[in-house]
Amino acid sequence: MALPAYASTAQRVWHYSYRTICGLIFFFLIAPILVIIPLSFNAQDFFTFTPEMLRLDPAGYSLKHYNDFFSNSDWQLALKNSLQIAPIATLVSVSLGTLAAIGLSQSHVPGRRAIMAVMISPMIVPLIISATGMYFFYSNPYIPVPFYGKVYLPFTLTGTRAGVILAHAALGIPFVIITVTATLVGFDRSLTRASAMMGANPVTTFFRVQMPLILPGVISGALFAFITSFDEVVVVLFVGSAQQKTLPWQMFIGLREQISPTILAVATILVVLSIMLLTTLELLRRRSERLRGMSPG
Amino acid sequence: MTDATTDAGKLTTADGQSLKKSLHRALRRQKVRALMLIAPLLLFILLSFIAPIFDMLLRSVENDIVPDTIPRTIVALDDWDATSGETPGEEVFAAFYTDFAIAEEYKSHTRLGSRLNYELTGISSLFRSTGRKVGKFETESYTEQFTAADAAFADPAQWAAWMADDAVRAALPQTADAYDAWSKIVVDLNNDVPSEEDPADFVYTGLYNDLMAGASVASIPSVDVSGWEPVSLREQFIDANDGWADPAVWATIKTYGGDYTSGYFLNSVDMQLSGEGVTQRPEDERIYITLFVRTIILSIVITGSCILLGYPIAFLLANLPLRSANVLMILVLLPFWTSLLVRTSAWKVLLQNQGVINDILVWLHVIADDNRLELINNATGTIIAMTHILLPFMILPLYSVMKTISPSYVRAAKSMGANDWTAFWRVYFPNSVPGIGAGSILVFILSIGYYITPELVGGTKGVFISNRIAYHISSSLNWGLAAALGSILLILVLALYWLYDRIVGIDNVKLGG
Repeated sequence: MALPAYASTAQRVWHYSYRTICGLIFFFLIAPILVIIPLSFNAQDFFTFTPEMLRLDPAGYSLKHYNDFFSNSDWQLALKNSLQIAPIATLVSVSLGTLAAIGLSQSHVPGRRAIMAVMISPMIVPLIISATGMYFFYSNPYIPVPFYGKVYLPFTLTGTRAGVILAHAALGIPFVIITVTATLVGFDRSLTRASAMMGANPVTTFFRVQMPLILPGVISGALFAFITSFDEVVVVLFVGSAQQKTLPWQMFIGLREQISPTILAVATILVVLSIMLLTTLELLRRRSERLRGMSPG
Repeated sequence: MTDATTDAGKLTTADGQSLKKSLHRALRRQKVRALMLIAPLLLFILLSFIAPIFDMLLRSVENDIVPDTIPRTIVALDDWDATSGETPGEEVFAAFYTDFAIAEEYKSHTRLGSRLNYELTGISSLFRSTGRKVGKFETESYTEQFTAADAAFADPAQWAAWMADDAVRAALPQTADAYDAWSKIVVDLNNDVPSEEDPADFVYTGLYNDLMAGASVASIPSVDVSGWEPVSLREQFIDANDGWADPAVWATIKTYGGDYTSGYFLNSVDMQLSGEGVTQRPEDERIYITLFVRTIILSIVITGSCILLGYPIAFLLANLPLRSANVLMILVLLPFWTSLLVRTSAWKVLLQNQGVINDILVWLHVIADDNRLELINNATGTIIAMTHILLPFMILPLYSVMKTISPSYVRAAKSMGANDWTAFWRVYFPNSVPGIGAGSILVFILSIGYYITPELVGGTKGVFISNRIAYHISSSLNWGLAAALGSILLILVLALYWLYDRIVGIDNVKLGG
C-alpha cells in the first residue's frame, strides 16, 4: 500500500485523495459515537455544543446528567433489570449451547444441517418477527400435540421476567453455537482419547481437558449472548411490561417521547462498556490463537 | 488368528461379537450420545422460538372467531346467494338472533365486530349498537304467550326435565340447542343452576320455531302457536340498525365464515375478498404495497451506500500491513459493538434541526440559519443512520474475502502492462465480488427487518413494514394482519438466506472478524 518512490504525480494525487476518502469514512463511522461523550457533560439541557463548551469553559461542563441517571428511579430500575436479565439469559444460552455444540461436533450426527439451521434461526429471523411470534405465543403458551390440538399451559409469560429471560436466552443461543463450534473445529480429539485411556470418566475429561481448551470460545460466545440480551429492545418491548424495562427499553421510550440528555450519559456509559468488551474479546482471540498454536495438529 | 479365518472369514472382537456388529453398535452409541447432548437445547429452541414463529404463521390464516361466535348463522347462510343483491331470509335472521343473543351474553359480539370491521368498515359499530338492543327484541311476546298458555313453560325445573329427555330433544332440535347454550351461559357467567332460572327469550323463540315447523311432543303441553302473531327477526334487526338490510354486510359474514381465511394475506397486498371475489381495496386504503416497495427500495439504497463506503475501507484494511490494519480495525469494530440504541441516539442528536450537523453547516455558512436541512424524521434520516449501523456488516465479509486475494495477481497484471486502474478493475475487483455479494445480502436482510432505527429517526416517510407490524400489534390490535405481514417478511428473509447459504454458506458466518 505504501507509495513507491517512482510514483507519478497522478498516482500521488490518487494515493492521497484515497487516504483522505478513507479517513472521512472512518470519521463517519466513529465520530457519531465519540461526539456524544463530550455532549453528555453538557451543563445545559441542549443536544449541541454550547458556546461555553467550545471555549472549554469549565462552567459549560457538568455531571448533572450522570447524577440524574444515578438518582432517577426509572433509570435505576432499568439498570437493575438489565443487570439481572442479561446474566441469567447468558447462563441459560451458554450452558445449553455449549453442550449442544459439543454434540454437534461429534463425527456422526444424524440431520446435522437441519439441527444447525433450527439453532441458528433466532439470529436469522428479523427481531420484529420473533417479537411478534413471542408476543402471541408467550401470552398463552401451549404444547402442540399432533392429531389432538393445543394443550394450553396454565400460565402466561408475557409481562413476566421469566418470559423476557426465555426470549433473550433463545436469541443468544446462535452466537454461542457459532463461536463454540468454531473453537471445537480446532480441538484435537486425541486429547479426549488420551484422557479416557488414562482412566478419566467423560465428566472429568470434559471439565479437566476439553473445557479449558474451548474456554475462549465459550467466553466469547457468552459475551455475544450477553450483549445480545443487554442491547435487545424489540422483544422486551413486546414480551415485557413496564416492570421488566431494561436500559435499551428506557432509552427507546425516552428517544421516542421526550428526549432527555440523560440518554447521552447512559450512552456514554454503554460506549465505555463496549470498549471494555471489545478489549476482552481481542485478548481472548489472541489467547485462543496462542493455545491453538501450542496444541498439536 | 486361525479361528477368525476358518470362521468363514468373519472378524470378531475380543468378546466374541462379530466386528461389524460391534462397530455398528459403537457407532449407534456415539450417535445417541451426540443427540442426548443436543436434545436439551433443541427442545428449548423449539419451545421458546420455533413454536412462537409457527403460532404467528397460524394466526395469519386463523379465523375461528367467526364460526365460533356465530356457528348457526354460518350454517344458515350456506343456502344464501351472496350475489343475489338481497338480504338473507327469515331463517338466517332467526339463527343470527340465537347466535347474537348468546354472543351478547359473553360480550364476544364486539370482538367479532372488530374482526369483521377489518374487512368492511362500519361493521364494528353495527355489532356494538345492535348488542345494546338485542335483549329488548319483541321476541319477548313469545315468552309471554307460552307462559300464559301453560304454567309449565314458566317453570325452570320443568324445562330442565324436558331438556334431559332425549325424545324431547330429538323432536325440538332448535329448542334443545338454544337451551344448552343458555344453560352454559347461566353456569359459566352467573354461577347459577339452570333448573332454577327462567330461560331467556331466545329459548322460547327456538321453541316457537320448532312448533311452527310442525314438531309435536307428547310430554310437553300442546300449544297452538299458528295463531300467534309472528315476530319478524329480520325486521327486528333492521329496526335496531338498518345496516342489517345491507347485503354487503351479509356477504362479508358469509365470505369470512370459514375456520381459515386468506383475508389477512390479501389485506397485506392491498386486496380484499368480497362477494365478487378478490378485488383491490379502495384507493385510500392501499398502503401495504407502497410500504413493502419503500422497505425494499430504502434497503437497496442502504445496501448501496454500504458498498460505496465499505469497499474502500475493506480494500485499505486488506492491503495495509497487519499491524496497522488491526489498529484501524478497531475503528470498525467499536461501532459494531456499540449498543444500537447508543448509535441511534447519537444520530438523533446529530441530525436534529438544532443539532450538531446543522449548527456546523450554519457556522460554515453553507446554509442559512433559517434554512436548516431537514435531516431527521424522513427517509434521509433512516438512510444515514442505518448505513452507519450496518456498515460494519459490509466491511467485515468484504475484508475477509479481500484478504484471500493474492497480491501477486495484481502484480502479474501490472507486469503485463496493465495500468493501476485496469489491474484493479479487471483483476482485483472480479475477485472481490463474492465479498460484495455476501456483504450485500447480509446488509439487505438485516435492513428489511429493521424496526428500532426507522421508528426513531424515520418519521412517517422513512418507516418500514416492520413498524407497521408493531403498530398493528400494539395500537390497532389487528393481530391477524400483523401476523400476515410478518409471515410475508419472514418468507422474504428466508428466501434471501437460502441465497446467502448457496453463495457463502451459513457455516462461514464469522462474528466480529
